[in-house]
Amino acid sequence: MADSPSPSRARTTPGPARLPPDLADAARGGATLERFLHGLPGVDRVGLEQRAASLATRSVKKDAKLRAVDTAIGMVDLTTLEGADTAGKVRALAAKARNPDPQHVGAPPVAALCVYPDLVADAVAGLGDSGIGVASVATAFPSGRSTLRAKLAEVELAVDSGADEVDMVIDRAAFLSGRYAQVFDEIREVRAACGAAHLKVILETGELGTYDNVRRASWLALLAGADFVKTSTGKVAPAATLPVTHVLLQAVRDWRERTGQLRGVKPAGGIRTTKDAIRYLVAVHEVAGPEWLSPLLFRFGASGLLNDLLMQRRTQLDGHYSGPDYVAVDL
Amino acid sequence: MTEPSSDPWGYVPALESAELARLRDEYLLFVGGSFSDGSGERTTGVNPATTERLAGVPTTTESDVDRAVAAAEEAFRDRWSRLAGTERAKYLFRLGRLLQERTRELAVLETLDSGKPVKQAGDFDLPNAAAYFLYYAGWADKLDYAGFGPAPEPLGVSGQVLAWNFPLLTLACQVAPALACGNTVVIKPAETTPLSALVFAELCEQAGLPAGVVNVITGGAEIGDRLLTHPDVAKPVFTGSTEVGKRIQHRLAGTGKRPTLALGGNGTNIVFSDAAQEQAVQGVVDGAFFNQGNVCGAGSRLLVEESIAAEFVERVRDRVRTLRVGDPLDRNTDVGALNSAAELDRITRLVEAGEAEGAEKWTSPCALPGRGYFVAPTVFSGVQQSMRLAGEEIFGPVLSVLTFRTPQEAVGKADNTPYGLTAGVWTEKGSRALWTARQLRTGVVWANAFNGFDPTAPFGGNRESGSARTGGQAGLEAYLDV
Amino acid sequence: MSEGEQPVSGRERVTVPKTYKLHIGGSFPRSESGRVRTVEDAGGRFLANAAVASRKDLRDAVAAARKGFETWSGATARNRGQVLFRVAEMLEDRREQFTSLVSDAEGLSREQAAATVDTAVDRIFWYAGWTDKIGTVLGGANQVSGPYTSHSAPEPLGVVGVLAPRHSSLLGLVSVLAPVIAVGNGAVVLVDRERPLPAVTLCEVLATSDVPGGVVNVLTGDAGELAPWLASHADVNALDPTGAPESLRAELERNASGTAKRVFDAPAAEPDWNRDPGLRRMRAFTGLKTVWHPLGA
Repeated sequence: MADSPSPSRARTTPGPARLPPDLADAARGGATLERFLHGLPGVDRVGLEQRAASLATRSVKKDAKLRAVDTAIGMVDLTTLEGADTAGKVRALAAKARNPDPQHVGAPPVAALCVYPDLVADAVAGLGDSGIGVASVATAFPSGRSTLRAKLAEVELAVDSGADEVDMVIDRAAFLSGRYAQVFDEIREVRAACGAAHLKVILETGELGTYDNVRRASWLALLAGADFVKTSTGKVAPAATLPVTHVLLQAVRDWRERTGQLRGVKPAGGIRTTKDAIRYLVAVHEVAGPEWLSPLLFRFGASGLLNDLLMQRRTQLDGHYSGPDYVAVDL
Repeated sequence: MTEPSSDPWGYVPALESAELARLRDEYLLFVGGSFSDGSGERTTGVNPATTERLAGVPTTTESDVDRAVAAAEEAFRDRWSRLAGTERAKYLFRLGRLLQERTRELAVLETLDSGKPVKQAGDFDLPNAAAYFLYYAGWADKLDYAGFGPAPEPLGVSGQVLAWNFPLLTLACQVAPALACGNTVVIKPAETTPLSALVFAELCEQAGLPAGVVNVITGGAEIGDRLLTHPDVAKPVFTGSTEVGKRIQHRLAGTGKRPTLALGGNGTNIVFSDAAQEQAVQGVVDGAFFNQGNVCGAGSRLLVEESIAAEFVERVRDRVRTLRVGDPLDRNTDVGALNSAAELDRITRLVEAGEAEGAEKWTSPCALPGRGYFVAPTVFSGVQQSMRLAGEEIFGPVLSVLTFRTPQEAVGKADNTPYGLTAGVWTEKGSRALWTARQLRTGVVWANAFNGFDPTAPFGGNRESGSARTGGQAGLEAYLDV
Repeated sequence: MSEGEQPVSGRERVTVPKTYKLHIGGSFPRSESGRVRTVEDAGGRFLANAAVASRKDLRDAVAAARKGFETWSGATARNRGQVLFRVAEMLEDRREQFTSLVSDAEGLSREQAAATVDTAVDRIFWYAGWTDKIGTVLGGANQVSGPYTSHSAPEPLGVVGVLAPRHSSLLGLVSVLAPVIAVGNGAVVLVDRERPLPAVTLCEVLATSDVPGGVVNVLTGDAGELAPWLASHADVNALDPTGAPESLRAELERNASGTAKRVFDAPAAEPDWNRDPGLRRMRAFTGLKTVWHPLGA
């Protein structure tokens, strides 16, 4: 890896040993975990959504907007997760990830390239020594419907192929039927299989039904050792929303308060425009705090978003509106 | 807890242009359908955020009150009360639409004149003002079904002295039902915030409202008193402080007129340990600091269950820290300017009194503009029931924190005030929320919410908060002979 | 009477007269002042000595009414209705007695007086039925624009000071008192000097009808002397000046303004109590409470 710090390598691995007693207790899993999760304060849907909508009206303009756009570009996990993905497509994305806008100096590279496990090697090759991370989905993405053995085998494939980050999905069936310990143990196993790679835990919030569940799942994942909590696979609607991201941001903020450890948040799916992205950054800024405004702690799981960010960046720099023919379209 | 230290990008000001307000250099009274100067000396309106001149405003004498009331009386007798309800409805509808069309302009104007954040003026004051007219437009031809018996009659001329905290919204809350019921009005906006009412007069002209149905005059307390006690004013309406409300009630004693008084409050948010914490924090902060706390129903007291008090108050402070205080024209401003030097002085003295009484003061470290009437959001903890902070109407960006141990104690403390306007209760237990709502002696209870406001929902208080209700069919009662 | 004593005459029995006292907190105390006033019938015949309540009695009555209000407003509307139905029953049961009282007090023929008593019974009966319906008539669901449920319901104001009508000693009294308590308030009723006896006897009806002590407190005596104190009392939430002479109205309203009390818009002259009372009084002595709650799973 080059000198530039890789977002995915710059952090210390959190360990349960440093948890305060109540969290350490919960992190034993089983009944204590269940008690802890059910003791978390509830989330009022309307209040949450109102706050999210209200913060979304913050106005970010001019210089602040350019800074926000660059910040957002640096947080993108440029993602392709299609059945039709090929080595060629991954190489094309890798090139774009390294230098998103060759005509305009200073566009930062994205944070990571996110692919299926069997394409990790291609991504690693394509990114070379750029310092850009390679993220791989795993654990029977997107449904999570397989055996633990199969899931762990996938993680191993990704990590052995050079993935810096693993985006796992939780077993929603187990979660929704109250088998929290099972979900917890599975995350623990995956965490162990990741080795040095960082673990993002996808909650698939669109399937959890309530914000209370989203909060519980967030804490469950954090307790099990997730480096990031991530909203969605992008394969289920609704994917990321502002309110759901608020809940995740609250969880990592509270986690830091209780443990001193920093964990990240990744909304994924449905974030397509610069306007959307900036709204997320405002939420990061006001809910978690300014220090989360870093690719170390916040990522966007997106594909089309990057082009819109680049067009907006050009608009800011060139003083006129840009168009899709002026950025590399991913086909 | 997170300090707002190294802000990687922050917000640059997102200023609304003051030009959107289309300020005139000079404003005139609106009496009998035409604009005219007052018979007092002209004065100037000031932007409380900058202390700069906004526009020239007329002042008035008793003769202006007399001619406005006469115009309203004539319009009532000859035109408005003879008009079918359906036709009145369409005029109200026009006013509602005009308010919607000119929302941005009026929001900026209201901000310049009052100091409130433009985001709030545009997102709360104006939409609600328009909604009031549209809602009551619908009542104008359905009064027979409002529950007051068949063919309820209007009263005549309503003299309306309005408040400076929501200049145009308080106008809408009173003028819309007054007109819907067939009354005519003479409006006197607050001395420090006359502009939106004077522009509302232009809307009346654009709406083609018959001359004299709406009249707008300016002036201070004396003119207000004169208007409310005018022999030809059948319905005196006052929105403002309890102190002044009592004075008006006193002066009207024995006249056979029943004033409608919408007065002050000392609202409380009760937070139980099982509350949805994030939303409760938000509700408490909104309740205390919305419109700089210049809200009759503001939740200026927080009653938090002792077992979570320390953590909860810390979270409230953290949230208050994120409130952006400053230029009201900046769309990112959460807390604007106080309305006048006198208000700044009053709040400053109240804060000093709180400290002297031994409450623990915490002030948001936010930066304040160098000029204008600004005060940083302040939280007092360790407030006791016996302190002034707990008993008085605060009407400023100051939150007092008290604790409780049992639901009974919470209700007892919340009600232990001469006011009875609003309260909030926060708990995830439905039966407790509803029990608390039932017990509280206030006119409005927001359970797991705060500041909900809608023309369909009656709003108003008990005891020294005045007994008026605006909104809903209850809002018609003040304007009908029932 | 001890055994062996004989009546003055073999045929005539000497009646045991009732001492007419105040009604405070469910008891029937004498006035703390010890003062009484002679009550005569329309023809000037001595009827009784009625207690003249003092300012101390007034304070006690307001304190009792506050307690009564707490109990009464906490009862279910149905329960309040049942109690008021019971009041109507008991009044009906004492029809003859009240007919005499009203006839004496107001100088009516027995027939006229009986008709008045009947109307008074019917009036209470009517209000008894309202206790659990007024909420739906005056309140309701507010169709707010947003993810909330919002509803408004009338709630009692607290302690209501009532100046009983000076002429109509039973029907008038019942017509002002019943709406105040039907909606859950506590009442302090001032009954002026001319016709206090039906009011005091009505209290006996209330006391035997499960009306909790303190819900209705009746002070006889000099209404003009006590009313200003009632109007200015800070623990009184509303005032019904119906029985106040016009000369006293302005003063009462001024006093009421000290705590921004609600003052009922009573006509200057005593109305015809036989007319349909409508909802005006129940509306006046309630305040709508609007409750909001968000809707979200």
